[in-house]
Amino acid sequence: MAAEQHSDSPPVIAVSDLTVEIRSDRGSYPVVADMALAVRPGETLCIVGESGCGKSMTALSLLRLLPEAARVTRGEILIDGEDLLAMNEHRVEDLRGERIAMIFQEPLTALNPVLTIGEQIAESVRQHRKVGHRAAMQRTLETLQLVQMPDAARRARQFPHELSGGMRQRAMIALALACDPRILVADEPTTALDVTIQAQILGLIEDLQQRLGTALILITHDLGVVAEVADRVVVMYAGRRVEEASVYELFDHPIHPYTLGLMGAIPRSVPGRSAAERLTDIAGTVPPPWDLPVGCAFAPRCPGASARCFAERPPFEEKRPGHFAACWEHVHD
Amino acid sequence: MLAYAIRRLLLLVPMAAGMVIVTFALLLMVPGDPAHVLLGPEATPDMIANLRASLGLDNPWYVRLWDYFAHLLQGDMGRSIFQNAPVSQIIAGRLGATIELAVVALLLATLIGMTLGVIAAMRQGSLIDTATMLLAQLGVSMPVYWMGLLLMLGFSVQLNWLPAIGRGAPLLDAFGAALTGRPQVLADSLMHILLPALALAAYSAAVISRLVRTSMLEVLREDFIRTAYAKGLRRPRVVIRHALRNALLPVLSVIGMQFGILLGGAVLVEQIFAWPGLGQLTIGAISQRDLPLVQGITLTFALTFAIINLIVDLLYAVVDPRVRLG
Repeated sequence: MAAEQHSDSPPVIAVSDLTVEIRSDRGSYPVVADMALAVRPGETLCIVGESGCGKSMTALSLLRLLPEAARVTRGEILIDGEDLLAMNEHRVEDLRGERIAMIFQEPLTALNPVLTIGEQIAESVRQHRKVGHRAAMQRTLETLQLVQMPDAARRARQFPHELSGGMRQRAMIALALACDPRILVADEPTTALDVTIQAQILGLIEDLQQRLGTALILITHDLGVVAEVADRVVVMYAGRRVEEASVYELFDHPIHPYTLGLMGAIPRSVPGRSAAERLTDIAGTVPPPWDLPVGCAFAPRCPGASARCFAERPPFEEKRPGHFAACWEHVHD
Repeated sequence: MLAYAIRRLLLLVPMAAGMVIVTFALLLMVPGDPAHVLLGPEATPDMIANLRASLGLDNPWYVRLWDYFAHLLQGDMGRSIFQNAPVSQIIAGRLGATIELAVVALLLATLIGMTLGVIAAMRQGSLIDTATMLLAQLGVSMPVYWMGLLLMLGFSVQLNWLPAIGRGAPLLDAFGAALTGRPQVLADSLMHILLPALALAAYSAAVISRLVRTSMLEVLREDFIRTAYAKGLRRPRVVIRHALRNALLPVLSVIGMQFGILLGGAVLVEQIFAWPGLGQLTIGAISQRDLPLVQGITLTFALTFAIINLIVDLLYAVVDPRVRLG
């Protein structure tokens, strides 16, 4: 986490004011609102939150891959200064996989079952580099070796179902890195894996990102992962940012009660206590996006909520230097 | 895969034996006596009894079944009662025409069905989608003989574009002729087969198009489609290479079943378009109570169907690497 190295270069991706709405029979409602982020080369930004908080929607909108029912209604996504939302479809296709690539959560369903690993990676290479079949296969093997795929040449000829979960995710990472993207979006890349494999894959992503100088946006619900890899952290709740800071600042001085709740929910091994006891959950559930409370969306679950919290949404503002949060109850230091 | 193919081929033997027994039993129950038909209304009971004895019809059913099996093992399907020729020879002379008709119809049905299905899925909810599915509904509900007559009325009688009846040179020969500089032979064959094949294909094309549409809509929602887009692939490539290939899996098994339906439909279509195949022969054989011939034809149909399904199963393993044959 060499934050100094990248603090002066301009961000490769900068998002501001992003609002994503879903149209359904319940009408239109936002699933992401006023989202903003900026990531520099070699930097890692983690977006944290429970499922349904809008983090996956944010990730998909960065590649303009939102499902049909969802669309960006406001905001700007600048990739190397170019507005993604204003581009025509062909330009977006040229950027996908080449400039900005994505690692999905479940490698088994995210890989095509009837094509070999090698075919799927080479396809991406051939799409973006005007090279022949042999050169594409060469690049595919290099990438598979880069992600430390054991026996890469043989694996390239196999189908996804013939690989273990860990190897599948390595293949997924190789697929994402095949064209040296400047930005990598990883949506819960280790959630579907065995605990023992999770650390390996996470270490691999971090290592490659440092070596290749990629800007990494990592989506997770696991603060343990955040502590491991993040430079900066955005905590999302009900489609909005509730806290943002550097990783050290966040863990040293958490402000938002939701962040505190998440920290309490990290399982720690304490001798003599069962797993269930160790996990202090946050009471209640995330409100559905079509039925958000008027004030702070977290208020119904917040132990310290006041009358104002239920009436008025708190602004997202700087509480300490470089540390932002949206909470009425916290006073500036 | 080879071992699997051989095992499946061997399984055809007990299946065929079962088929023979079933047809045999059915024909036992059917009223009507070939000796009666053969000799006409003037025949005396004595003459009929004599003829029955010489045809072996007066033996008990198990003797006749046993005889039939014993001859089958030597490749002998018996002699036709009315045509005074070996059944196998009569069938061999007709089989080519029927296979040709069914295969061309199957190709047409697959081509039309897949194209319409993909287009409908791509434009789900649009006018094209609605029109295509309406067409498919029509294709499924319209009986094959009615479709055949309509096509004949339209394209042969009204427009006079295509011949109404008969068959040109066998397609394989016609392709050969075209290669040796006589394309008009091939053109003639194609013009003859187009209407009957189309009439026969309509139902299957409709079934396939509906299935392809559903299957495509399902596959297009899969995660790996999103991955394909995330790689930067263009839409046509995603649809054809990633979606269609996966959508074909359920369609493939249905195509095998459709072949059976096509063989059944061929019986009617051949009658309408005077196509000199097994179907026409079947109708004649049944109305004359030509039992050896009916049995031979049924067995041929059953074997053809089984072999086609074997081919489809093998194809399935080629298209879907997850299928392990064994």
